[in-house]
Amino acid sequence: MDFQSILFNAINEILSPTTAAYALAAMGLAVHFGYTGLLNFGQAAYMLVGSYGFAIATINGWPFFGAVAVSLTLSLILTVVLGIPTLRLRADYLAIVTIGAAEILRYVITTTGMTNVTGGAEGISGFKGTFEAMNPIPEGTYNLGTIIINEYDLWLRITGWSLVTLVALLLFLLMRSPWGRVLKGIREDEDAVRSLGKNVFVLKMQALAIGGVLGSLAGVLFVLPRAVQPGNYATTLTFFIWTILLLGGAATILGPILGAMTFWVLLSLTQGILFSLVDSGLIEFMTVTQVGQIRFMLVGLLLMLLVIYRPQGILGNKKEMSFGV
Amino acid sequence: MTLASKAPTTLIRTMVFALLSAIFLAGSLALAPAALAEDGTEQTELESNLVVSGTLIADGVKLSGVSVRVVGADIDETVESDSNGKWEVAVPLKADYTISLDLSTLPSGVELVDAAGSELNVKESDWLTSTSTRNFRFVGAAVETTSLTDQILQRLVAGLIFGALLALASVGLSLIFGTTGLSNFAHGEAVTLGGITAWVAGTIYGMPFPVVILIGLAVGALSGFLQNRFLWTPLRNRGTKIVQMMIVSIGLSIVIRYIYLFFIDGTTKSYTGGLSGVIAIGPIRLTQGSMLTFFMAIGVLLLFALFLTRTRVGRATRAVSDNISLAEASGIDSGKIIQIVWILGSALAALGGILLALYRQVSWAMGFEILLLIFAAVTLGGLGSAYGALLGSFIVGILVELSALVLPADLKYASALFLMILVLIFRPQGVLGTKQRVG
Repeated sequence: MDFQSILFNAINEILSPTTAAYALAAMGLAVHFGYTGLLNFGQAAYMLVGSYGFAIATINGWPFFGAVAVSLTLSLILTVVLGIPTLRLRADYLAIVTIGAAEILRYVITTTGMTNVTGGAEGISGFKGTFEAMNPIPEGTYNLGTIIINEYDLWLRITGWSLVTLVALLLFLLMRSPWGRVLKGIREDEDAVRSLGKNVFVLKMQALAIGGVLGSLAGVLFVLPRAVQPGNYATTLTFFIWTILLLGGAATILGPILGAMTFWVLLSLTQGILFSLVDSGLIEFMTVTQVGQIRFMLVGLLLMLLVIYRPQGILGNKKEMSFGV
Repeated sequence: MTLASKAPTTLIRTMVFALLSAIFLAGSLALAPAALAEDGTEQTELESNLVVSGTLIADGVKLSGVSVRVVGADIDETVESDSNGKWEVAVPLKADYTISLDLSTLPSGVELVDAAGSELNVKESDWLTSTSTRNFRFVGAAVETTSLTDQILQRLVAGLIFGALLALASVGLSLIFGTTGLSNFAHGEAVTLGGITAWVAGTIYGMPFPVVILIGLAVGALSGFLQNRFLWTPLRNRGTKIVQMMIVSIGLSIVIRYIYLFFIDGTTKSYTGGLSGVIAIGPIRLTQGSMLTFFMAIGVLLLFALFLTRTRVGRATRAVSDNISLAEASGIDSGKIIQIVWILGSALAALGGILLALYRQVSWAMGFEILLLIFAAVTLGGLGSAYGALLGSFIVGILVELSALVLPADLKYASALFLMILVLIFRPQGVLGTKQRVG
């Protein structure tokens, strides 16, 4: 067993671009659920429009920021389509509708009839050129101590985590503003806020839009290190983001970031340890593929235990954790 | 239930009951589906871009709804060609695959050029790009395209069967919601449990069909009892909020699903129950299994309706579902009723799983794949109403099948979800639900 490589792999997850993407998506969900109390189970849909919007626009010759703007616009459209009918519904109805809408979107982009636009089941690749072209870092390999990466990977990490930091700062300012306090008011008691003359529906729409924009940015960041694959946007993605959010703390700024880091480190560690135990023949009752399945079981178990025993997460304050209904 | 609303709901109940009885009686007339083509159980978990695909064309006519089976490298998947005659299967590896055609699903008049050519091969060395295309060669002596009315009829019957299967799962989900307020995301896993039990008991141990049904019901009931006893009741007693419990059920669903995958791996399995013989009635062809599926489902649903309306416990269940405090005030032990609901709901879902295994195939995610359809059915009918769930299931089943006439086959589930969203916008309480303020 190679403990060092297992440990290094786990450490590398902390600052990986994928972790940054999940952190960003979880921050969006924090605005939805943590601060406003909206049960959005369709965060995967926001990531989907982000990824596909960016990839399709880039392939059709749009510049980098133009393509990102396409992603953001799509997320706003999705907010309107999703928000107007559902924000008046009871909390658990909202959950079912958002999860249903996310699945509809996934079916639509996967369908063979759309292959010309979305690549069907094969997805899209070859859209990294514009991002690569902006890279100021000279070509070469860079040693980060536990991992050696190329200039693209380094550029991606720097961009990703700068974005996460910037968003965290913005959210911090937003949530301590009067507007943010009204959002928390909606979470605690919608009717009370309404009786104070606030337009709860509009405020919820604004929250949904902001969280959705973050989700779609996360979608862009999520595909920069890989190809766009329709299978990645299944309900599992949403459930992972929920686990990350609840792990870190739903109504906190740093919770989603800490949650994403902890989540991926834990997964990498369990995967590495189990994998090497199987590989060295110490565990004989399962195969290497089954190790990947154990990972999912642990995620599910983690989600259950968190919600039951520590719904406020690592950083949260129990008084701030309201599950509504 | 208030006195004022009693008259119309009783009427609707009688109508639903009459409808079900009529369908059951129609059994002797033996109407059932032809378009039993297997639906592609999409394994989107695959981390590859690789696709085996092809187009079925006989003398320029595109053949839709033909079953194509791809076997090899850890997969065994059956898909149905779409309205353009196209089919494709995502595969995990650049490896050897065998593609075979289910000749019984070919339209009449269409034959293969070479009868032995019903199997084509993809070799590992054939993979140059991410797609391998293989086409069968047909002679369409006299290609008859099925008339639209025939197609509609066939789809309608297929929809009724699928609806009956969904109903078995959704009445349980609806009652659990009604009595405990929980939107149980792990209900799909109760369906899968039935399917897996059928495969283990029926296919591996070769037990006869009635025994398989009994074992499945018992396993389902036991799982419901254990879940309620060791998870949901303690949570309720802790005062866990409904939304919290919903997220717990999501976690539970992930855990159970991957436990299934751990033990039975990702390939689809088949369970025929020795009932794969084909019966042809007029233009309609169906297996004995799917015919039995339908009438069993309807029969059980009828019994369940009788239980709800004619027995003491059933009436108490409806009382708890309507208003738990009022029911408790009149001496009903709600804890006991909730336990019964969990046991019955899970047993019915497991039965649904066994029948779904007969109708389609067994896979680790078979229940999860139809979970959102079950939710759609329950929401359509009105959350918490058992009769609404029945009605909703048939609407969803028929819509899913009929939409395949106009939409590509891989979008047919989307249509049901879309309908659910529409209904929630215009009639949030569902078709049969009672109006209440939502938001």
